[in-house]
Amino acid sequence: MKTLRVFRSLIKDGFLEVTHGSRAYHIWMAVLSFIMLFGMYNYSIQLEEGLSATGMTDRVSWGLYISNFTFLVGVAAAAVMLVLPAYVLKNIDFKQAVLIGEGLAVAALCMCLAFVVADMGGPARLWHMLPVIGVFNFPNSMLTWDVLVLNGYLFINITIPMYILVMRYQGKVPNPKIYIPGVFLSVFWAVGIHMITAFLYQGLQARPFWNNALLGPRFLASAFAAGPALIIIVLAIIRKFTAFKVPDNTIKKISMIVTVAAQINLIMLISELFKEFYAPTHHSISAVYLFFGLEGKTALLPWIWTSISLNVVATVALTFHKVRSNLKILYVLCGMLFIAIWIEKGFGLIVPGFIPGPWGKIAEYTPSLVEISVTLGIWAMGAFIFTILAKTGIAVELGQIVYKKK
Amino acid sequence: MSNDSKKWYSFNLNKSDKSDSCGCGSNSGSCSDEKPKDGYDQIMDVSMDRRSAFKKITAGFLIGAGAVSSSCSVVSGDESKEKSGIEWDEYFKGNYKLMTDEDKTETVDRLTRSYELRTGKKLNMSSKDAEEDVLFGYAFNISKCQGYMDCVNACVEENNQDRASEMQYIRIHEMEDGKGFNFEESDDNYYHEVPADGHFYMGTQCFHCDNPPCVEVCPVQATWKEKDGIVVIDYDWCVGCRYCMAACPYDGRRFNWKTPEVPEQEVNKNQHYLGNRLRKKGVMEKCTFCIQRSREGQNPACVEACPTGSRTFGNLLDPKSNIRWILENKKVFRLKEDLGTEPKFWYYMD
Repeated sequence: MKTLRVFRSLIKDGFLEVTHGSRAYHIWMAVLSFIMLFGMYNYSIQLEEGLSATGMTDRVSWGLYISNFTFLVGVAAAAVMLVLPAYVLKNIDFKQAVLIGEGLAVAALCMCLAFVVADMGGPARLWHMLPVIGVFNFPNSMLTWDVLVLNGYLFINITIPMYILVMRYQGKVPNPKIYIPGVFLSVFWAVGIHMITAFLYQGLQARPFWNNALLGPRFLASAFAAGPALIIIVLAIIRKFTAFKVPDNTIKKISMIVTVAAQINLIMLISELFKEFYAPTHHSISAVYLFFGLEGKTALLPWIWTSISLNVVATVALTFHKVRSNLKILYVLCGMLFIAIWIEKGFGLIVPGFIPGPWGKIAEYTPSLVEISVTLGIWAMGAFIFTILAKTGIAVELGQIVYKKK
Repeated sequence: MSNDSKKWYSFNLNKSDKSDSCGCGSNSGSCSDEKPKDGYDQIMDVSMDRRSAFKKITAGFLIGAGAVSSSCSVVSGDESKEKSGIEWDEYFKGNYKLMTDEDKTETVDRLTRSYELRTGKKLNMSSKDAEEDVLFGYAFNISKCQGYMDCVNACVEENNQDRASEMQYIRIHEMEDGKGFNFEESDDNYYHEVPADGHFYMGTQCFHCDNPPCVEVCPVQATWKEKDGIVVIDYDWCVGCRYCMAACPYDGRRFNWKTPEVPEQEVNKNQHYLGNRLRKKGVMEKCTFCIQRSREGQNPACVEACPTGSRTFGNLLDPKSNIRWILENKKVFRLKEDLGTEPKFWYYMD
């Protein structure tokens, strides 16, 4: 009963907290709300007309939605890179970053689920997937595994920070015996969500571009580069606009993680390129399309080469300690890396899987305006959720909102 | 489960013995047994209870509020009441694969009645199950096909495919002589007089694999292999994720990107629940070997329509069938055999 009362009070205080703020904060939230509404309006068009409102066709049947979903699973998984050292290795530096990281994971997961729902032809029939009342093709379908692990991960990442916040809110010290097992679980789980999302594609013998053993590990490496890179940028913003103290040291340590992951990712990219182009087979043709275009169809060329140049420049620059230590440059490099991986693991991975088609047909994919607007709307939703979580979390951490016993 | 009676080379990639509707050739013994049910299926087995339970649970849900209000309304007429009653029952019905015979008849009745209410015309919809000792297979004679595409047109008319987007299950690939089976350079969208000089033709469609990757990946078991080897879709259970489409190595599946349009007078009213009944937007569909015909002992529409006789369809378990003669006497091959999908669709040349 008491916990419930505390929780209700926290929600109430949290609500007050997120509805009050500086002018910049209000403008930020208003802009996000506007983009979300615009996205919802476009989604209503898509519901009305069907998926023909998107750029997808029978030839390229997954597009922007699934691309963003794949990328965001990585961002969500990367939160553990901060959880592990902070909780288990008692690295004080990381502790402030962890709440932010887990908030980011929650926001990313909400976006993942939204992207999957947006991609469905019959969202009203999604109850067919619910346990007991539906039919769940487990364990045969990797998609059912993904549904399980993503929702499980969402649950873990809501409960751990929630427990910590509720305790801090009452001015108590969280009991490590309660949350450490959860932290360990979430570490394994995070690797799991990403491997399983990779298996979703990797397990399709029909698509040679995805059907390769390196896909899973590469997903992990790129995730652990892009996720913490985003966290660094977010921490920089939070540091600037709130009283929340994030020491330089924390950011520098996270940048170390980003660097190592980006280096590994680059090595795997080289390995993949070598395999596809040293002795090209029929199965390399999707890679040829992605990097050089086929029969004059070159829609992805500017994107993938932008991605590769950003990736290489950022990784090389990060490797030098001196460059990385300059925080201003670090932020720029993290931004570059984030965009590079968003392209590479988003539509740079999904679209070429379908081109050429099973019988060699080369039909390109261009997202429609409806599709792009819905995508922007979902990203705005993610930013909105994250802002709410982070603002409440920071206020509790700083002791600005405290539970008052009546 | 023995593979002795198989007429084709099998990789035995460990998957062949776990499907419930197995295509091993002998329908006696262990093969006709149902597979052991896992957790979800066990609960699913009591399908009537589940359905009624679910109705109760969701009665208050917003999603059905519209249907409730009109079906319980005293003002609206009997017909609209019946209509929304049907809509309600149709929305909450279970997966066809797990339905009892009674459930199947009920949903077929609802669908035909709903069509009658909408258009005033009667439908003839079947829910006929697979027959014993039948396993369908298909053979395609590359030497004979001239690329007339009569099969494609017959298929569209027979199976009520969307006219607006010109959806076609069959693709005819025009290939250049002397280049072998070079799909990359072939053209599956030609608009000129056939047969074109220096070209040969090859048709592809759903191959009704014995080990279908599309069935494995479906998250809700909305697609499965029937006992007679036909890979079918429950259009009302499909959630439209298109994972099966990505998993199919043969481009055998189609998606309804918008509400399919078939002019009323062109609708083929001789239908099967798993076959050519009218689809809705946001669901998958595909070739079913014209299940509404083949289960009545007829040939699929493409076989019937082919003017060159390049298409042969029949029961692989019947030693006297034409298809068996072809498999035994011709040098047959299948496409992308290295993937272990075991298509039941063979090609041969004279």
